[in-house]
Amino acid sequence: MSVLDIKDLRVSIETEQGSKEILRGVDLTINSDEIHAIMGPNGSGKSTLAYTLAGHPRYTVDGGSITLDGEDVLEMSVDERARAGLFLAMQYPVEIPGVTVSNFLRTAKTAISGEAPRVREWIGDVRGAMEKLRMDPSFGERNVNEGFSGGEKKRHEILQMELLRPRFAVLDETDSGLDVDALRIVSEGVNRIKGETGLGVLLITHYTRILRYIQPDHVHVFVNGRIAEQGGRELADRLEEEGYDRYLKAGV
Amino acid sequence: MTATETTPAHLATEDRFVPIQTRSERPTSFDPADFGTPTGREVNWRLSDLKRLAPLLVDEETETGAEPAIEYGLAELEAAGLLVESTGHDAAPRGEVFRPEDVVSAIAWKRCENALHIRLPEGQVQEQPVIARLHGTGAERRANAHIVVEAMPGSVGTIVLHHSGSARYAQNLEIIVREGARLTLVSVQDWQDDAVHASAHQAVVGDGAYLKHMVVSFGGGVVRVNPSMRLAGHRAEGEMFGLSFSDSGQHIESQVFMFHEGVETRGDVLYKGALQGEGARSVWIGDVLIGQDATGTDSYEKNQNLVLTDGARADSIPNLEIKTGDIAGAGHASATGRFDDEQLFYLQSRGIEEEEARRLVVIGFLMEIVQKIGVPEIEERLAEAIEEELRRGAGLAPASKAGA
Ligand SMILES: Nc1ncnc2c1ncn2[C@@H]1O[C@H](COP(=O)(O)OP(=O)(O)OP(=O)(O)O)[C@@H](O)[C@H]1O
Ligand SMILES: [Mg+2]
Repeated sequence: MSVLDIKDLRVSIETEQGSKEILRGVDLTINSDEIHAIMGPNGSGKSTLAYTLAGHPRYTVDGGSITLDGEDVLEMSVDERARAGLFLAMQYPVEIPGVTVSNFLRTAKTAISGEAPRVREWIGDVRGAMEKLRMDPSFGERNVNEGFSGGEKKRHEILQMELLRPRFAVLDETDSGLDVDALRIVSEGVNRIKGETGLGVLLITHYTRILRYIQPDHVHVFVNGRIAEQGGRELADRLEEEGYDRYLKAGV
Repeated sequence: MTATETTPAHLATEDRFVPIQTRSERPTSFDPADFGTPTGREVNWRLSDLKRLAPLLVDEETETGAEPAIEYGLAELEAAGLLVESTGHDAAPRGEVFRPEDVVSAIAWKRCENALHIRLPEGQVQEQPVIARLHGTGAERRANAHIVVEAMPGSVGTIVLHHSGSARYAQNLEIIVREGARLTLVSVQDWQDDAVHASAHQAVVGDGAYLKHMVVSFGGGVVRVNPSMRLAGHRAEGEMFGLSFSDSGQHIESQVFMFHEGVETRGDVLYKGALQGEGARSVWIGDVLIGQDATGTDSYEKNQNLVLTDGARADSIPNLEIKTGDIAGAGHASATGRFDDEQLFYLQSRGIEEEEARRLVVIGFLMEIVQKIGVPEIEERLAEAIEEELRRGAGLAPASKAGA
């Protein structure tokens, strides 16, 4: 049983016009085996929260804390966070020319578990995980994300999650760009991993459709850099009907 | 383009190598005196390390001692029956296509009596790559060479020139790819750090013939390899690939020229360079010329550099000149970047440590070229050399945001 604890998190970025505040005091606690959905208008800071958790150098933390089972996450480098069990499925996965998927996966697995996986077992694991996500084995020989379609990139993110077995995963709009079948396949993947490992999930999305497959325990409305309201999954349905006007007018 | 300072007495206009516009308006001569000594303002010396190249600018007898400055390991060529005797300056096909374009090349022509002549016999398919091993015996020693590689009609093969050791070495390489031949030529500069090497490659590709030309430079103090390729025949195809890794104090230069002369020719130029450390330099000048009669040309050239640390500098100048309206396509690109933060972040976010992530990105960047070599021994040596460079660079600070 693990806890990812975010307290009064304040984050800014450097822009050409100077520093810009984006997160204005975020509080969020995620336990193992819980699914938290975050919904909110474009530009409200959802990806900023995701990247800050992963430690992207573009974001400056001005205040607050992030701890993983009491350990100070903000003190950790990007790779240390991943090795501590955090995983970010990115909204825009990055292309890495010349690095094949299979080389990348093996290198990442070795880094996370501290030793090279046993070859035969590993090949089986990769093949099995790809099969479950309906990814053609030929992806293994392709360069990371290079020329992948939007949906293929997202599946590749989930493939990594399946193989790296994190304790907490942030899924930043993993559902965008997926066709109906892929959405189901990816959702089943998330549920399967959660069932097997007790993964805690922070699911950022604009659509309630994915929440039909991945049942959230909590839904948070993210507006203007902070959480404006929390509730159960009925809140998601209401958001879909009413939009965010209510929160924006309230000037949160 | 600036004109050169010198006006050689006799331009080689009457011959097959007709000088053409801009890049090829460059004067040619077999007499070093016609070029004078470069001042460093000339277009083809402007970005060069003239100071360290100076010993190669002196027109004097070389190879006088009993011990040669360059040992030519030609056993593989001999065994494959690819060596042809060539005596004297007039021995054909020497000079069939080659015209020195600078003083170093003219000296190398003049001071090399007997060319090394490598010939793939007509119709012969050489399955295995054949490696010529050129080893310099001392940094203070000077050598001049003219080398002819001739692929006879319908022949297929891969020839590698591998340079190691150290020397002050001026070299001309004349490459003739006759009708329907398919030649891969790889020049590997694996010198010690005090070597000074200037080489002029001139290639002509005939009807339906194909040449893959590769320049791989990672060792040496100053390495200047200037290849030009003339796609003369109907449907001639040419690829020019380059890979360099410049370390602290290394100056690696390539002035690349692709000339589409025939009808429906296809050319692809791709050079990639990685740089690290104080004073690491790379210079790339890429000219593509699509001639008046070169209808249906398909051409692309690109140079990409990856600057790994501050203090390194990459110059990249692509030029494209089109003399006919009727082409299939032409493009050029040049990009010099520092380490891509997003790529590093992505890899690190998967638990991979920064140093390892950098390694993956650099190797990935260069791999596109490495994979094109097709000579296992050279690919392995190169992979090893890249690892070595990265180990050396591991202690250096990464390129700062403002850098590059
Ligand atoms: N480099 C930058 N320069 C200026 N503003 C930036 C920069 N990077 C991010 N921002 C701003 O930060 C704010 C938060 O962006 P973020 O990507 O976190 O939003 P989001 O909630 O994920 O939006 P979406 O739903 O569109 O994905 C936006 O207003 C965005 O324009
Ligand atoms: Mg976003």
